[in-house]
Amino acid sequence: MKPRIGIVDYGAGNLFSVRGGLAAAGARAALVKTSGEIAACDALVIPGVGAFGPAMRKLEPLRLTIEEFASSGKPLLGICLGMQVFLESSDESPGVRGFGFFEGGVKRFPSSVKIPQIGWNQLRFRGNCPLFRELKNGEYAYFVNSYYAKPKDEGVISADSNYGVRFASAVWRENVFATQFHPEKSGDTGIAMLKNFVELAKK
Amino acid sequence: MLAKRIIPCLDVCDGRVVKGVNFVGLRDAGDPSELAARYNDEGADELVFLDITASVEGRKIFLNVLRRTAEQLFIPLSVGGGMKTIEDVREALANGADKVSLNTMIVKNPELLHDTSEEFGSQCIVASIDAKRVGESWRVFTYGGRTPTEIDAIKWAKRCESLGAGEILLTSMDADGTKRGFDLKLTRAVCDAVRIPVIASGGAGTKQDFADVFEKTGADAALAASVFHYDKTSVKKIKKFLKNRGVEVR
Repeated sequence: MKPRIGIVDYGAGNLFSVRGGLAAAGARAALVKTSGEIAACDALVIPGVGAFGPAMRKLEPLRLTIEEFASSGKPLLGICLGMQVFLESSDESPGVRGFGFFEGGVKRFPSSVKIPQIGWNQLRFRGNCPLFRELKNGEYAYFVNSYYAKPKDEGVISADSNYGVRFASAVWRENVFATQFHPEKSGDTGIAMLKNFVELAKK
Repeated sequence: MLAKRIIPCLDVCDGRVVKGVNFVGLRDAGDPSELAARYNDEGADELVFLDITASVEGRKIFLNVLRRTAEQLFIPLSVGGGMKTIEDVREALANGADKVSLNTMIVKNPELLHDTSEEFGSQCIVASIDAKRVGESWRVFTYGGRTPTEIDAIKWAKRCESLGAGEILLTSMDADGTKRGFDLKLTRAVCDAVRIPVIASGGAGTKQDFADVFEKTGADAALAASVFHYDKTSVKKIKKFLKNRGVEVR
């Protein structure tokens, strides 16, 4: 039986490709909006493009539901802005509270590099994150971002990359995963990660 | 740091991929979704899908062709052609586009660039500029290269950046379809003028042309069509060639 993976539809992001990527990885992927729909999923993805503040405002009504999902032990994946909202706050939208699944904030890239970062950057894997099982160091992934997560505990960083500064390109703790890059846009490498995520959803 | 991107371009007309020389004399080059799947497999870093007659014919982009093309892709897809309003852009993004490229309509109405960038974020708004040498400078052309304007291309590129474009797709009309190499002077001039990524387009004929544009200009990506469609070379071969020369590619 294919696991049912919900993609939180809060009016942000290219849901078309996230859904296509999860389907190619072997999941039944559906857009979800309500607490009931979210709770019924085997795993959950929070996508997102745009700015931290507006995204959190739209996610706020689902805060409790998503927090409960995170503590249920079922796999949860934040992508791009969906990663940033897992931190506590962001310099992009001061005063707005993130989910805080990871302690720390979100910073803007230094002015020495072109902003936004748009393109393929290399990943250096740290630790043994199951999302990156059987992937080799130095794989490229597709990024589109002006800000990056800076977790307090560097132990949660599961991949890092270099763009004017070494930054966390993925974080992980227990069942909560997040990638700054777009796995659904990262070719075979990204699909391999989504397959790993789908495997986790089967357990 | 970022790898240089190789981007095949699908110029779509009546649901088929076509290719002309200097923007006219179109030849059929195949089915868009088949070509998209092939380039995805060959290691293309991104695809551009342009509905080249949408503006001229004053109609909307073919959403069904777009959807069919996007379904084959797990790399970014930029879409352009005839988008006039925020709602047109929203529709393209909802039907599989990751970015939209705006050309004629932002020349006519620069507010559209500002408004769409505010609404969807600069990362998904590409300002597409068709430039042609006129005397000592380059002028902007609209409607698929059919209509000249008085606008200076370099100044326009800067203006696009300040209006909120996330990238510039720069096509040299003089080089387009000639297979004699990218317009290095034009590309360099635009790269020096802006701080957002620039995609060089028009004129690619050989692997060496790609090496030249990355080694001699600040271009972040290079776009081509006919070299890929007609099996003259492949994304894979170009990347291998670039890698051996020390250009960072995926």
